[in-house]
Amino acid sequence: MFKIVEEPISMEELIRAVEDPGAGAIVTFLGVVRDNNLGRKVHYLEYDAYPEMAVPAMERIAEEIRRRWDVIHIAIIHRVGRLEIGEASVGIAVSAAHRAEAFAACHYAIDRLKETVPIWKKEVWEGGEYWIEGTAVGPEVVSRRLT
Amino acid sequence: MKISIKLFALYREAVGQRELTWTVAEGTTVADLWQALRDAYPDLPNVAPTAAINAEYVSPTAVLRDGDEVAFLPPVSGG
Repeated sequence: MFKIVEEPISMEELIRAVEDPGAGAIVTFLGVVRDNNLGRKVHYLEYDAYPEMAVPAMERIAEEIRRRWDVIHIAIIHRVGRLEIGEASVGIAVSAAHRAEAFAACHYAIDRLKETVPIWKKEVWEGGEYWIEGTAVGPEVVSRRLT
Repeated sequence: MKISIKLFALYREAVGQRELTWTVAEGTTVADLWQALRDAYPDLPNVAPTAAINAEYVSPTAVLRDGDEVAFLPPVSGG
């Protein structure tokens, strides 16, 4: 399951999406909105996405994971819109027969998401706001794999 | 010919709209379109942004065709 949503991320939904009788481990990751960044007190974050490219980019990450690790299911949900401190912006779940693969795949998924998926966040603080600019994404970034 | 332009994050805010429909001449490239956009919306940054046509990444020299959906993507920062 790979999707962009506007409503709060459901951990139960993520876990359900990767449950499997052959799974010995389910590893989950939640990215949550922190109240500070670079010394600034953050009020909230606003996320934007291009779902028509973001969902295929998530599917590509899953393909990369399957080439490297023996996992069973992968689920990624990213939320857009205004998110308050403590709310989850991204949720990932990976099931595998054994925990080592599930941990490694989940870690890879969030690292790759941050550099290849067309999603953007704006930080809003007291007296200012800023769209954070990370990786200039493109075919060369997408085709490069993390080592 | 008619094309649509999708804008995200700071580009969307610089233009004030998420989507535009523009008429462009035959032979217009992605880079030409960005330059024209910057002329119309000076708040857009002076960069060569990543672009996609119909949800596939393209180079700045890609030539637009009638009905294309062109997206300009700022550096990503999800997560």
